[in-house]
Amino acid sequence: MSATTLFALGASALVGLGLYGLTIHPEPLRKILAFNLLGGGVFLLFGVVARRGAAAGLLADPVPQAIVITGLVVAFAATALAVALLLRLFKETGQATLRADAPTRTGADGADP
Amino acid sequence: MTVAWAFDAILAATVLAVACWTMAIRDTFAAVVGFVAYGLLLALVWVRLTAPDVALTEAAIGGGLTGVLLLGAAARLRPAQAAAAAETPGLALRLVTGVGCALISAALAAAVLLLPDPAPSLAPAAVADLPAIGVGNPITGVLMAYRALDTLLETVVLLLGLIGVWSLTPDSFWGGVPGPQHPARTDDALVFLARLLPPVGIVIGVYLLWVGKDEPGGAFQGGALLAAMWLLAMMAGLAKAPPTSRRWLRLVLVAGPLVFLAIGLAGLALAGAFLAYPEAYAKPLIMIIEVAKMLSVAATLGLLVAGSPERTPSR
Amino acid sequence: MSLVLDIFTVLAVSTGAFFFLAGTVGLLRFPDALARLHALTKADNLGLGLVVLGLLPRADGALGALKLIVVWLLVLLAGATVSQLLARVARRAGPSA
Repeated sequence: MSATTLFALGASALVGLGLYGLTIHPEPLRKILAFNLLGGGVFLLFGVVARRGAAAGLLADPVPQAIVITGLVVAFAATALAVALLLRLFKETGQATLRADAPTRTGADGADP
Repeated sequence: MTVAWAFDAILAATVLAVACWTMAIRDTFAAVVGFVAYGLLLALVWVRLTAPDVALTEAAIGGGLTGVLLLGAAARLRPAQAAAAAETPGLALRLVTGVGCALISAALAAAVLLLPDPAPSLAPAAVADLPAIGVGNPITGVLMAYRALDTLLETVVLLLGLIGVWSLTPDSFWGGVPGPQHPARTDDALVFLARLLPPVGIVIGVYLLWVGKDEPGGAFQGGALLAAMWLLAMMAGLAKAPPTSRRWLRLVLVAGPLVFLAIGLAGLALAGAFLAYPEAYAKPLIMIIEVAKMLSVAATLGLLVAGSPERTPSR
Repeated sequence: MSLVLDIFTVLAVSTGAFFFLAGTVGLLRFPDALARLHALTKADNLGLGLVVLGLLPRADGALGALKLIVVWLLVLLAGATVSQLLARVARRAGPSA
């Protein structure tokens, strides 16, 4: 079993782990963490496919690698948006929970929600 | 079973162990610290997969900037942590979810083990046209020439993410200054670092952009480094976060996508297709796009970490 | 000549790895935060310095060697700053940290 296959199996395990954390943790910030873990595993799978496509004097296929670079930047933008949403939710309700029946309060400065 | 194989096996096991720890630990702040370690180890894995460009991007954006963002959020959300943690689902639900996720992992592992064995590759096609574009790094060729449309859309998506973050500010703070007030400290280790590091960081960031033509590097990595230097200066109180209503800031943010779009449309007239480069001018055009893109990406990434405006602009 | 350089590389990197091990043992075993920071600085400064020293003969050209040394200096700078900041927080939190 080559090292690349080892990384591929590890990446599959990371995807399962991230999915588990995303489903189980009630806190939204932990869900965002698990989502990033899951994303890391998916990108590693792309990297394994790229490594297996070594040809024409290159050590790896450049197309999946370029796609992963794009994906990393977009995943960061999505994480930043999710964190901003969470912080605004916390500022408005005083709690960081996704439960629909959680008690709320108006913002401390009386700003319109 | 060579030494390199043993190193790879230990690295993969360590990444899995850190990921399990991050998911299992109770304290959210500790989980974020574990996530930053995970990001850095992942960069090592990318190096072992012979993808240095991706390793640079993962270390800078995945580990560094995401880590700063999540650490700040974890610190601010600490009062709400105890209440949210009380809703942990019961053992039955966790077991069922665990089995489901294990099945998904197994399916992925089976798919990977069944990948076709002379693996199909686009590397020959990518390398064949590189001399015509004039760049030596095949990843830069893919990003800026073969899949230039993807890169253009990516810069626009970054901008949309920033607009989304800004739109979450309360009405009274619209156009205001992002992020909490950082006290202007003097005589501090952080201030010393923020005075010493940014010149070095800016030089290395521009170097990463320039060297990305032929060696691993590029506009995203350089832009992430510039954003990190700006954030360091803001955190030390040496630079003030600009109000989001400033026109120069908005111009810098849209410069990258606009220049990219303009050159793409010019390609319609000069070379027959959207985002096609005229043969003799491919390299200078790509460099112009990359410079504008790096400045925009640096500003956008820095503002994404700074967050939505929370203070009124002091007029 | 290259055999001497290889032996030098192996010795220096091994000693550096030993200092990393010592720093990790200190991180795991010392009682409070300030002592743990003290242990970590050995790994950062001396451990990484020895590893970089051992890799210098294998760097490609003077520019590669310079880049390795710059990496070491940057890690020193970042580690020193972070240690100061952590120590300030740990001192404020008291000896239970």
